[in-house]
Amino acid sequence: MDKSMRGKAAIVGAATFGCGEAPGFTDMELLARAARMAVEDAGLTMADIDGLCTASASATMWAMPVIEYLGIRPTYVDGTMIGGSSFIAHLLPAMRALEAGQCSAVLVCYGSAQRSAKFGRREIVASRRFLDPQPYEMPYQPMLPPSAYALAASRHMYEFGTTREQLAHVAVAARAWAAKNPEAFVRDPLSVDDVLSARMISDPLSVRDCCLVTDGGGAYVLVSAERARDMPNKPVYVLGNGTAIYNRQISCMPELTTTAAFTSGQQAYAMAGMGPDQVDVVQLYDAFTINTILFLEDLGFCKKGEGGPFVASGAIAPGGDLPVNTNGGGLSCVHPGMYGIFATIEAVRQLRGDCGERQLGGLETALVHGNGGTLSSQSTAILGLESTL
Amino acid sequence: MNDISAPMGVQEAFDQALKQGRFLVQQCDGCHRHVYFPRELCPHCGHGSLQAVEPCGRGTVHAVTTVRRKPADGGDFNVSLIDLEEGVRMMSRVEGVTPDQVVIGMKVTARVADGIVLFDAVEAQ
Ligand SMILES: [Zn+2]
Repeated sequence: MDKSMRGKAAIVGAATFGCGEAPGFTDMELLARAARMAVEDAGLTMADIDGLCTASASATMWAMPVIEYLGIRPTYVDGTMIGGSSFIAHLLPAMRALEAGQCSAVLVCYGSAQRSAKFGRREIVASRRFLDPQPYEMPYQPMLPPSAYALAASRHMYEFGTTREQLAHVAVAARAWAAKNPEAFVRDPLSVDDVLSARMISDPLSVRDCCLVTDGGGAYVLVSAERARDMPNKPVYVLGNGTAIYNRQISCMPELTTTAAFTSGQQAYAMAGMGPDQVDVVQLYDAFTINTILFLEDLGFCKKGEGGPFVASGAIAPGGDLPVNTNGGGLSCVHPGMYGIFATIEAVRQLRGDCGERQLGGLETALVHGNGGTLSSQSTAILGLESTL
Repeated sequence: MNDISAPMGVQEAFDQALKQGRFLVQQCDGCHRHVYFPRELCPHCGHGSLQAVEPCGRGTVHAVTTVRRKPADGGDFNVSLIDLEEGVRMMSRVEGVTPDQVVIGMKVTARVADGIVLFDAVEAQ
């Protein structure tokens, strides 16, 4: 891993818009509102944006309509689409483009009206059968994505004795954080029993083990570290980033209980010259409760197989030793199809000290981890304040 | 079936075999490992020559879920990942028992029905 890029770029603006329910808005409108606010937050105007990273779960050529809509003329474009981890995986290539002088201000942006859209989930699932076929899984009618994560959870329970109660603690911790976040979509109390007794979706996962379906837009702005020092916000430096993919389909995952986060994490840690013990706050893609357990293990916050007892100890909840998903995560805050950008934005807000009631003290570093597909793509980033450079 | 002059790709060839009631996997001429799902090259060693072979049909449930579905739509059903004795894993469904009776480690045996591969629990010895 090339350590020379460590800290060479910083996130200097970030914004969300329409998180939760935003009826009457399109994907593009949510993206554009968030993008404009993020650029403004950075103290820039759209005319300053000459790099664009974006992805859509439906439009394959999404960068083009975004460029057209925003009225920008980027000299650097990354439309890499590897699911919800895309907006974290966009970091390192953008850093290289900034370092090479190909561009000077990169806008990373996303928007989805998944909850309110008239072209709904049923239609999207039906069209994917043709546009993105998985002919060796589809005949068995797994409910994707939940069934894929359920299969991994079943294996984790079998190999390590992980329980449904332990999975439920992930959802309960996320909800406790959401209660402190006015932007979170669901904030009412949630107990372990509530999760266990909720409607089953794909065993061992109940509906409360599954992320929300919301609307929302998110965006952030990345510039060189040198330029970041003269900008209005406290820069959030990118210390490390790594991306890894082993498989697309759950049936082709080499080991159901070890994700490619193991590799992406190693790459990000190596670039940052840090280990998990130096991470102050963790934001990771909790599409399902098993994700949090798998990623905490694969990223080295606990040993493989010990994620269940770790989360059940209260470690990741408010007041615990390792704050995880302080916005409420995809489980309780926001999940418009792809969550990665929202995890990144929450890490930026925590490091900048913008988090109100849920603000943590003494933060210097944050780890952001994104997942895409069905435990398929994994991207890890380590962010830090100036003191970590 | 991987001859470049062959008139079809491996997916179509395997589909046609299934429609005739034959379940095939591949075996690589380079590293001799078995491959599933069928590919035009070996994902283990990159070799381009793979033979279609009939697996023995015996397997073990590796991971399991019960997909919940309204009774009116047919009710709950099983989706499993099955490890075949040849060393490949595939998604399928275990039939002949209720979904909650399908457990990891269960021995199963393959059959072809309606053009797809399904599995039945092996009777206790
Ligand atoms: Zn081979």
